[in-house]
Amino acid sequence: MAQGHFILREKEYEAFHALLKRLLAESCAKVIFLIDKNGSMLASAGETDEFDSTSIASLAAGNIAATGGLANLIGEKEFSILFHEGEKDNMHISVIANRLILVVVFDKRSSVGLVRLRVRKANDEMVRILAQADAAGSEANLEGDSLEELTEADIESLFK
Amino acid sequence: MSFINYSSREINCKVVYYGPGLCGKTANLQYIFKRMNPEARGKMISLATETERTLFFDFLPVSLGEIRGFKTRFHLYTVPGQVFYDASRRLILRGVDGVVFCADSQLTRMDANVESLENLHVNLREQGYDPDKLPLTLQYNKRDLPNIASVSELHALLNNRNVPEFEAAAITGAGVFETLKSIIRLILVDLKKGGK
Repeated sequence: MAQGHFILREKEYEAFHALLKRLLAESCAKVIFLIDKNGSMLASAGETDEFDSTSIASLAAGNIAATGGLANLIGEKEFSILFHEGEKDNMHISVIANRLILVVVFDKRSSVGLVRLRVRKANDEMVRILAQADAAGSEANLEGDSLEELTEADIESLFK
Repeated sequence: MSFINYSSREINCKVVYYGPGLCGKTANLQYIFKRMNPEARGKMISLATETERTLFFDFLPVSLGEIRGFKTRFHLYTVPGQVFYDASRRLILRGVDGVVFCADSQLTRMDANVESLENLHVNLREQGYDPDKLPLTLQYNKRDLPNIASVSELHALLNNRNVPEFEAAAITGAGVFETLKSIIRLILVDLKKGGK
């Protein structure tokens, strides 16, 4: 996984987004973020304006990385679910297919049990969409890609 | 591993500032944060101890405008430099697209520089990278202090790959943006190659 890109096309982005919106309604959550393990935001749903999404993505990825490190130290492969309880809002964080991180923020309108149940049910569909995204991404690489045509001048233009 | 989102037309890349303790990695990010247009950068997050030593990482997202219709975003991270935080350093290197190795120019820190560069190589290999191929820029920091090694000495000691190298004084900002531009340029050239 160290080399290459993770490419997300419109079709799979829309599929993730639709799934997040459904999960948001079914779990009565405030906001949901789907993040890759390197800390980039893939998609989100709900009251996203209230939050600094970029910082959440980075810290959630750091959190999962640190927890994964702890898991390894006690001989576990990973801790696939984290739950943070606050005074008003809570955070349910889960790892999808060892690649993505799903962050669900919810308050007293929902419960950890409900969120956990709905997340578990959405998991398989997320894995399926991720597999489609990988297949579409590698096809795009084979077919040629506008980024392949990047020129030195394009790169230099960023610094003018 | 860069993340390209065709839906939002965005390219996201991860840059890690690596180097021995107190070499000025956090100072680089602080200067970038202070001098960049607020619209082009996000919040800076520092997970530090009470004495302001980096505990896990610093994080600063910056945007650099568009190429070929794609917005370019770079996520800048630092690692904790102190030797005993190795587990954290390894985690932060995950998914990295390019590294700035920040060396401390002071003569007394030459051993620490070499040890940290060797540690970078070990940790990159562990994450599945070839340390001889990953985009890398060297920064010789603290040029404003007395008792420093010459650039040719630092080059001989640290720059086996002959990658771009810059003199800097991160506290005053000298060389900070030159270093950043260099690693971004290398990452984008690598991205272009990686698409093939």
